[in-house]
Amino acid sequence: MSTPSQTVGPFLSIVLPWPDGPAAVPEGTRGALLITGQLTDGARDPVPDGLVETWQSAPDLFGRCATDTNGTFWFRTVKPAPLPAPDGTVEAPHIDVSVFSRGLLQRLVTRIYFAEETAANAADPVLTSLSAADRALLTAVVRPDGTLRFDIRLQGDRETPFFTV
Amino acid sequence: MTYRADPPGTHPPHDYPDYGSTKLRHPTRPLSVLPQRLTELTGPVFGAERVRAGDDDLTNGGAAIGQRIVVAGRLLDGDGYPVPNSLIEVWQANAAGRYAHAVDRWPAPLDPNFTGAGRVATDAEGRYRFTTIRPGAYPWRNHDNAWRPAHIHFSVFGQAFTQRLVTQMYFPDDPLFFQDPIFNSVPDPHARARLISAYDHDASTDHWALGFRFDIVLRGREQTPFEAPQ
Repeated sequence: MSTPSQTVGPFLSIVLPWPDGPAAVPEGTRGALLITGQLTDGARDPVPDGLVETWQSAPDLFGRCATDTNGTFWFRTVKPAPLPAPDGTVEAPHIDVSVFSRGLLQRLVTRIYFAEETAANAADPVLTSLSAADRALLTAVVRPDGTLRFDIRLQGDRETPFFTV
Repeated sequence: MTYRADPPGTHPPHDYPDYGSTKLRHPTRPLSVLPQRLTELTGPVFGAERVRAGDDDLTNGGAAIGQRIVVAGRLLDGDGYPVPNSLIEVWQANAAGRYAHAVDRWPAPLDPNFTGAGRVATDAEGRYRFTTIRPGAYPWRNHDNAWRPAHIHFSVFGQAFTQRLVTQMYFPDDPLFFQDPIFNSVPDPHARARLISAYDHDASTDHWALGFRFDIVLRGREQTPFEAPQ
């Protein structure tokens, strides 16, 4: 009988942010990617008291970043490898994301995919179960400088697709 | 092996109007089911290497003001197996109900000997233990004369992404439960009761601290066909 979830509340920064949290890999790591984004609510206001966590397999890497006053978060990581699924399909490279904040009684879960993985994304069993609009919302945007942008909109227009796990 | 879904009513809904902050922060579209595959069945594993000496004593060696308590319990999965060497992060208000945080404007006194931050790792049997002071209740703006029952925030990782949990521990017989929408957001009263610690005389330390027991249970695994009930 599981312990119920409760909100992380507005004071998570007392202990949860780690100085090394957003850097899943050290600066200068070969193939390192910088992912930044903004966490916003249904009024398009920034969520300044949120916590975003990433988890990826192959290689196993964890990232954790508290949002700042603009709702901004960032991670430095490397792109994960495609993963075989038990049903014989192959999952395209992806990063699982957990979102916590005041007002979220449970975490929200979403995924980051990579735009250049055209063929792998077209065969990914999760992406192919979603609409084209939702697939686009789960795909990080490549900026001219090569960094990635992944915004998380909790509610409303272009609301981020969230999952139950 | 995948993790089984918790029974309906175990966890709060995302949209819970009595808790005003959910209004602009809950998703309005139905959530899709993410099948549990490699990313979901693995997870960040942190243990004692994230804990520094003294992180299990929030009282600064007994100097913090308030009723000194020991909080002890076990981190288990839904099948009763201990989750060993697993990081638990806790944070809380001080005895006056004030957080040591710039955003907390409740004008109760701060305690220079209390930051309210703690970290522990479970042992080989999933046991954990830390010393702190009993947090105070505090008012908030959710509704008229709204007061949060005394609580300690817990963040645990478990052994897979699927098991990640953030929750709050409450104290027995708190008279403020009836009006607290965060506590009452859990639909199943039996599940809600699992958020309440128990006074534990065995955890009390003579002439030092009162003991409270709080076991945390994470999702269990799906039964394999071989283990299915007959």
